[in-house]
Amino acid sequence: MNSHLRWLIIVLMIAAFCVWVSLPETTGIHIDSDNDGVTEFDFNVQQSLGLDLVGGLRVLLQAELPPGSFSAEDLRQAANNVAKRVNALGVTEPTVQVQGADRILVELPGITDPEQAIATIRQTALLEFVNFSGLGGRAAEFEGRRLLTTQQVIIRDQRGGAESGAGIDAPLVNPLNGQPFATVLTGAGLQAASAQLTETGAWIINFELTPDASAIFGPYTEANIGQPLAIVLDSVLLSAPTVQARLDTGGIIQGSFTQEEAQQLALQLRSGALPIPLRVESAETVGASLGQESVNLSIRAGIIGVIIVLLFMAIYYRVPGIAADLALVMFILLNYTVFKLIPVTLTLPAITGFLISIGTAVDGNILIFERIKEELRGGKPLEEALVAGFDRAWQSIRDSNFSTIIICGVLYFFGQTPGASIVSGFAVTLAIGLIINLFTAVVVTRTFLNLFVDVLRQPLKERAWMLGV
Amino acid sequence: MFSLVQKRRVFFLISLAIIIPGVLIMLYSLATTGSLFRLSNDFVGGSIYELQFAGAGANESNIRDVFQQFGNTDISVQRLGTEDDHHWSVRANFQDEEIQANLLNALEAIAPLDRESLRVEQVSGTVGQEVSQAAFLAVAVASVVVTGFIVIAFRQVPNAFRYGVCAIVAMIHDVLIVSGIMSLAGLVLGWEVDALFLTAVLTVLAFSVQDTIVMFDRIRENIPKHLGEPYEVIVNRSILETIHRSLATQLNAFFIMVAILLFGGESIKQFIAILFVGLLTGTYSSIFIAVPLLVAWEKGEIPFVNRPKALTPVESEA
Repeated sequence: MNSHLRWLIIVLMIAAFCVWVSLPETTGIHIDSDNDGVTEFDFNVQQSLGLDLVGGLRVLLQAELPPGSFSAEDLRQAANNVAKRVNALGVTEPTVQVQGADRILVELPGITDPEQAIATIRQTALLEFVNFSGLGGRAAEFEGRRLLTTQQVIIRDQRGGAESGAGIDAPLVNPLNGQPFATVLTGAGLQAASAQLTETGAWIINFELTPDASAIFGPYTEANIGQPLAIVLDSVLLSAPTVQARLDTGGIIQGSFTQEEAQQLALQLRSGALPIPLRVESAETVGASLGQESVNLSIRAGIIGVIIVLLFMAIYYRVPGIAADLALVMFILLNYTVFKLIPVTLTLPAITGFLISIGTAVDGNILIFERIKEELRGGKPLEEALVAGFDRAWQSIRDSNFSTIIICGVLYFFGQTPGASIVSGFAVTLAIGLIINLFTAVVVTRTFLNLFVDVLRQPLKERAWMLGV
Repeated sequence: MFSLVQKRRVFFLISLAIIIPGVLIMLYSLATTGSLFRLSNDFVGGSIYELQFAGAGANESNIRDVFQQFGNTDISVQRLGTEDDHHWSVRANFQDEEIQANLLNALEAIAPLDRESLRVEQVSGTVGQEVSQAAFLAVAVASVVVTGFIVIAFRQVPNAFRYGVCAIVAMIHDVLIVSGIMSLAGLVLGWEVDALFLTAVLTVLAFSVQDTIVMFDRIRENIPKHLGEPYEVIVNRSILETIHRSLATQLNAFFIMVAILLFGGESIKQFIAILFVGLLTGTYSSIFIAVPLLVAWEKGEIPFVNRPKALTPVESEA
């Protein structure tokens, strides 16, 4: 009796904690005792919904260069720059991850214009100011054409001569000397960039230079007043304005930009050029309403399924069945709590994994109850039958759950392959369910069943049907 | 006592009657389409568009025209739901986002497109290949690890190795049945094997083993309790003792799955249907394949493994 009561208190305390965590308004405990704005005790609780539920975009980007021609650091730098661009898009909870040796995974929940978003994050955005001195009126001929510059030659040599992208037509060289155009400055010299609307209604980019860059740009512009200066983005000539005066701190970039293009370019210039050109390896767009609909349907299906299971257990196993029902409710609460605490990102496969684990959660109880019935039929008194039932069934439950957990591990690693990531979510929730099941099916069910037996000892002994025998 | 084990040949024949047509269907699929199943984007690369039009106007041929116009060569257009749903699924080539944007704009010309319910998935061929390799590896690793686990868990039982092998045979039996059905569904209903299907297969595999272990566990327990009884009788007793549990457990799993099938979202119904079939065969195979196979092995009825001692199928009841 004493130990029965102790277990009951422990189980009820865990249940209370789970209920608190599961409440939608719970965000955790954040204590700032001395009110200095720094939380001394921070315990965060949040529910994390996957992309397929909230809608959005998942893109896998791959380096468009042969392996070995760039370092892991280059890839990390590219991912950092992509992250900066993503943050500037104003997406909540974006994910930017380096995957393997040559890939970057980007997840953007709630994105409405996927094409625009992809274009923004993957454009290299290598900006160059190129020496066009001496070309005079011929500068206009190069508008919109691809140019070969000294900076591009340097980058190409660094990558061991690898040509980025398929060469459509050969880039143009300087007609004055047959050499690549001389790069004066790259976008790395920009400190700030913003899009601006001029009085004439044209969109321009305003930029400021870093001190290092202005030490080069100042003297250069002073020496080349009256000469054209080309502004080149990703090797394509944007415009070739004439230098009017010495430029020390910054200037403007003109081009025939629309508002979106100007803002996008300013953003790319701020976040820096990507050290590696990227191409889209896979992309998935999910409409927000589609995701919401599947969540609602899955939840409804889950609730209906659970109600049928609860009814079945209560009708088929009677008093022990009710104990199992309480354990099942506890199982669901505990799972949801763990999902919020880790947090597990809930995707449709993840929710399915959880629902499947409910189906197996009752398996443990069924094993135990069938065993108890057998022992009772074999003539054992009630208390002994209960103990024997739990003891003997434990081995089956442990071995069978363990083999499934092993398979979940295999599934999880399979899900680490880019392109099969949804599988991981399923494996994680199913495995969590199986582990929690070891606790609820045995400890929680036993606690409630002991309570019922303590209270209803006499009636249970006289009426075997109450035990489902 | 009613003997299930005695009728083992009947059960083996029933299974073969399901597996052999399934294998033939897979071979037919391999001969006609070049693969055992209808493979999805996940494995071969390509793109899938789920289009929800806000009004009438779209039909199979004008959707196909738009996709063709943008350079797609491998197009399949399928209506989802009824005609009034204006809901379509289109499979096409892997294309970059600029073409994709123009293509969607061109579709607007057919009928207004509901962008909120749009779903586009693009996978390049290389990613598809990597997924296929990983999938193959996953199934292989899972089988090896589970066999090892069973041999360790049953090390005290005589011939523990046989238990591992029989569990794996039951597992392969289930995977073959599910694969045959999936291959058929691919030919007839256009169901595609994707990463989720593989998840279903591995889950079926897990539950098949789980079920088999519960059966074997009872045999393991009954052997020392009934020393002197023939192995066949002990095994039969163990089946009858655990059959209630097997049925009750399956029933509960089915409640959940039927609920998802009837009321759940469209996108996981195929997955659940396959799981459903898998669980059925999983239960069947642990009772009617794995355990009778142990007896057949014990009695020396398996060709090439041990010499047959008795050729007659008639056995005396103990």
